[in-house]
Amino acid sequence: MNVPADLRYAKTHEWIRVEGDTVTVGITDHAQAELTDIVYAEPPKVGAEVKAGATAAVVESVKAASDIYSPLSGTVTESNADLSGNPALLNTDPFGQGWIYKMKASSPTEVEALLTPEAYTAQIS
Amino acid sequence: MSDPATLKHTPLESAHVACGARMVEFGGWFMPVQYSGIMEEHKAVRSASGMFDISHMGEVLVEGAGALAWLESLLTNRVGKLGLTRGQYTLMLDDKGGVIDDLILYRTGEMSYFLVINGACRDLDLEWMRSRLPSDGSVVLKDQGDAYAAIALQGPDSEKVLRSLYPACEVPKRNGIAPLTESTGPVPSPVPSLVARTGYTGEDGFELFVPVAEGITLWESLLAAGVKPCGLGSRDTLRLEMGYPLNGSDLSRERTPLEAGLDRFTGIDDSEKGDFSGRKALESQRSAGLPARLTPLKLTVSGPPLRSHYPVISGDAVIGETCSGALSPSLGEGIAMAYLPPSFSAPGTAVEIEVRGRRYAATITTLPFYKKA
Repeated sequence: MNVPADLRYAKTHEWIRVEGDTVTVGITDHAQAELTDIVYAEPPKVGAEVKAGATAAVVESVKAASDIYSPLSGTVTESNADLSGNPALLNTDPFGQGWIYKMKASSPTEVEALLTPEAYTAQIS
Repeated sequence: MSDPATLKHTPLESAHVACGARMVEFGGWFMPVQYSGIMEEHKAVRSASGMFDISHMGEVLVEGAGALAWLESLLTNRVGKLGLTRGQYTLMLDDKGGVIDDLILYRTGEMSYFLVINGACRDLDLEWMRSRLPSDGSVVLKDQGDAYAAIALQGPDSEKVLRSLYPACEVPKRNGIAPLTESTGPVPSPVPSLVARTGYTGEDGFELFVPVAEGITLWESLLAAGVKPCGLGSRDTLRLEMGYPLNGSDLSRERTPLEAGLDRFTGIDDSEKGDFSGRKALESQRSAGLPARLTPLKLTVSGPPLRSHYPVISGDAVIGETCSGALSPSLGEGIAMAYLPPSFSAPGTAVEIEVRGRRYAATITTLPFYKKA
């Protein structure tokens, strides 16, 4: 399983990438493999307030709907519009084109509570 | 989730694990839900061939001079119209007309019948049947559920595959059943293995019943012949595209076959069918008017995959809820079944389906959802 070294991870299998004051959120390679064929994604709307640990998005495989929890609290600044036409991006490129939303964090220190790549790798192995 | 200690296992479990199956609990059984992916498995069955472990289903032999009359009283369809080696879809109802199980009944001899019942209600079905056996011994019932490994071979290439593995086998016609033999010559009695040309996918295909000890070998032969292993996930999307009901989701003790639109599988319009369990209830329901009908729906906008228990709405009123739903892999559309008031059964009627608080436009449609090109 791919666990990029430059990201932080939630126990619930989301990742974040911090670039300046923008945080990008997606699901991990492990998560997409568990979910299998993703056929639908419902990212949060721009401007939505998200809370660390609370549901921010939903992705669905043929078999089941799964909640995606926001790793951090803050405001959604961008939502990945490509997912509506091509939800399979979540399977094929979970750390790249399959990102779900971007946000501005309101409590940046919440990052400290997230897992390092090493800790996340240990969790899924 | 049932207790792991009582979870039942099929004879093919090690083969599933070897094929990379994702295993889940289903109706008390530990079953493969998928191998390579539900979409891919679904498409293999529509375009080539796939195989499903159906060993969780129960097999029951009913024999004896009283078998025909007893089955007529137990099941809805008219057993008397079955010729030798023929099969029929039928239902077993309680006295209120509620569905205990839907099943396939095959006539395997002058006075012998082979029943294939649903895995999740094997024990209940057998208890119901045994409690109604005549006391004169004219009907003998044998539970063969643990004697067979069963595999459904489904898809347009199924006949070719079956003939390549069993060149000596006399391939049955649609809904028929035959001994599954590898060599010519007399067939031993009772027949150790059977092949029926039936299935739950809408494609041509066969259901193969072999002794438990031969199950893995059969699975591996099919695999070597290029048949794709398929799990319960694609079994569900395939059957729903055809509008075939699933007991426990679309059928229950709370609903009658008339509400489910299965009138033609009951004998109530057949002058030669006598009384059967549930008949009076069906007749009085028909004269009183049906409270609801199992109605096919599809989304007219793009939206999330439909699933069970989503509210169906007209105006501001909730008129029912979905009992089965899926994103149809063949059509790329959301499809569902729901029990709705009969005034909403006309195709083209506009309704909405609510998913996580949002409403999506839908329309009443006709079955099957998927029609072969």
